[in-house]
Amino acid sequence: MRSVRRNLREVYVWQLPVRFFHWINAGCIIVLCITGYIIGDPPAVQHATEAIYNYWFGWLRLTHLAVGMIFVVNIGMRVYWAFAGNRFAKWFNFIPLTKEQWKSIFATLKVDVLLLTHHPVYDIGHNSLAATTYFGLFLLSIVQALTGFMMMFVTTNNVGQPVTDWMLFGMDGFYVVRYIHHFLMWAFVLFMIVHVYLVFYHDYIERNGIASSMIGGWKFIKEEVVEDYLKDINEECLKHHTEAECQADEDDPDA
Amino acid sequence: MATIYEELKAKGYTRREFLKFCGIMAAMMGLQKTGAAQIVEALETKPRVHVIWDHFQECTCCSESFIRASHPLVGKILLELISLDYDDTLMAASGYVAEANKEGAIKDNYGKYILCVEGAIPTGSYGYCTLAGTSALDSFKHDAEGAAAIIAWGNCACSGCIQAAHPNPTGAKPVHKLISGKPIINVQGCPPIADVMAGVIVYYTTFERLPELDNMGRPKMFYKDRIHDTCYRRAFYDAGLFVQSFDDENAKRGYCLYYMGCKGPNTFNSCGVLRWNDCISYPIQSGHPCIGCAEPGYFDQEPFYQHIPSVHGIGIEATADKIGAAAAVATLAGISIHAVVTNIQKRKLIQNSGDFPVTPDEVDGN
Repeated sequence: MRSVRRNLREVYVWQLPVRFFHWINAGCIIVLCITGYIIGDPPAVQHATEAIYNYWFGWLRLTHLAVGMIFVVNIGMRVYWAFAGNRFAKWFNFIPLTKEQWKSIFATLKVDVLLLTHHPVYDIGHNSLAATTYFGLFLLSIVQALTGFMMMFVTTNNVGQPVTDWMLFGMDGFYVVRYIHHFLMWAFVLFMIVHVYLVFYHDYIERNGIASSMIGGWKFIKEEVVEDYLKDINEECLKHHTEAECQADEDDPDA
Repeated sequence: MATIYEELKAKGYTRREFLKFCGIMAAMMGLQKTGAAQIVEALETKPRVHVIWDHFQECTCCSESFIRASHPLVGKILLELISLDYDDTLMAASGYVAEANKEGAIKDNYGKYILCVEGAIPTGSYGYCTLAGTSALDSFKHDAEGAAAIIAWGNCACSGCIQAAHPNPTGAKPVHKLISGKPIINVQGCPPIADVMAGVIVYYTTFERLPELDNMGRPKMFYKDRIHDTCYRRAFYDAGLFVQSFDDENAKRGYCLYYMGCKGPNTFNSCGVLRWNDCISYPIQSGHPCIGCAEPGYFDQEPFYQHIPSVHGIGIEATADKIGAAAAVATLAGISIHAVVTNIQKRKLIQNSGDFPVTPDEVDGN
């Protein structure tokens, strides 16, 4: 048996809403890509029955539209949680506004993408590069949802219809909108491939339980990293709050 | 000045024919019950609208459509309905007389006449389109100056059609890109349905205002619905029954043409409702997919027989799907290489001896 004695700490990183969001989002994207692709390029179903006995394409479109709605509501929930959730779920993780984030992005690029050094960059939540990518995916999702709504609402009496019609015709109609919607589907496919690979990669070389963390919420983090991180946060906290408040914050299981 | 009805009567139309026409128009515009009466009253009391009809880069199919309007009554009466002061393809006068006619009409009705434009306007060299020694652009600007409203007939005038398609050698531009501050009605289609053209003119004559437009400038009453949503083959679409090739069994059964590149789902027009040639048929009904001629830039969305258009600028025929699949394969190849390099470059880390110092006593056996 081979085992290593090392001081690891279990850290509760992903709260329940984050995990729910992740898996609902993943499910929606997979269903939307598959149904969307079939809608764009329907398979040849040959049979000599009357149209009245079939509705599979209708059901397929209904699935696409309904799952699209779930996809959007789910994202809305996550946006709320980006303000209400713990520090790993907060919005500022995802938008690279600070110098440290950019430094971390370049470090991660060097270590994990270009493989220039074998010293890993240790983060407890998302690394800055991944988080920025997720922000990109969020923007893509918004474009995808809007273009989808433009095409969907045009034949409905939805409350959003005047707005989406205005956008649809402002973009010179269906051709452009349909094209964007179709092209971006592939962006999601590429994202999925790289995302799953990188989860495997990190789990393989860093063995911090990153793959299972999205199920249970816990990660194994080296004690030194956790201590450093807590110290940093405490210092930051003490700038604005009293010591007692910061201590309480640290003990809060959801913070 | 004689009213429209009086002029029609003088030309030999009966009261019955006149009322029939008003009824058709009211039904087509989707007016309420009193609408027909409103039209009757307007045409009985109002003088004809003065129209200057300009032709630029075009094939004249809009005029063809117009003068061959489905209901013979519509076409004939329509030409009586307006006072067509200048139309270089239809007028009897020619040369200096014709141009003098136009100038006279513009001066007499300054600020009141309607300018109808057929065709795109080249912004390149004068040589591309010159009328009576004046370039199309100057001629258009001159005529548009005193117009109360501009009606852009057809895809050329609305969005450039084939002239403005890539690479647009003449620099052709549609009306709305060359002028601002004037009400412009875009009557889309290549050509627009004659009854739609008639409807727009009758609406303007009756109510003396523009019909409600969407923000692409198209009258909502005719361009509100997609062909797809008004198509009689829609049931086959929902049933997933598609024609796979033009000569297959499914084509004979009249299945949906979506798979053959039908642009019905992209196109806003009344073909599915009003149809063509005395309401007999429209392209989809005759077994051909819609090519989307009422949408801007449809000529660049080639090929017509493919649902997702090719991507320009790549050279070979490439659709979004092919590019997407190629990118996915490239990504897979990339991560495979990455995985191999990771195993080599980070072998110490993987064997747990590269990061934090690991002393032999920390590793308990193999």
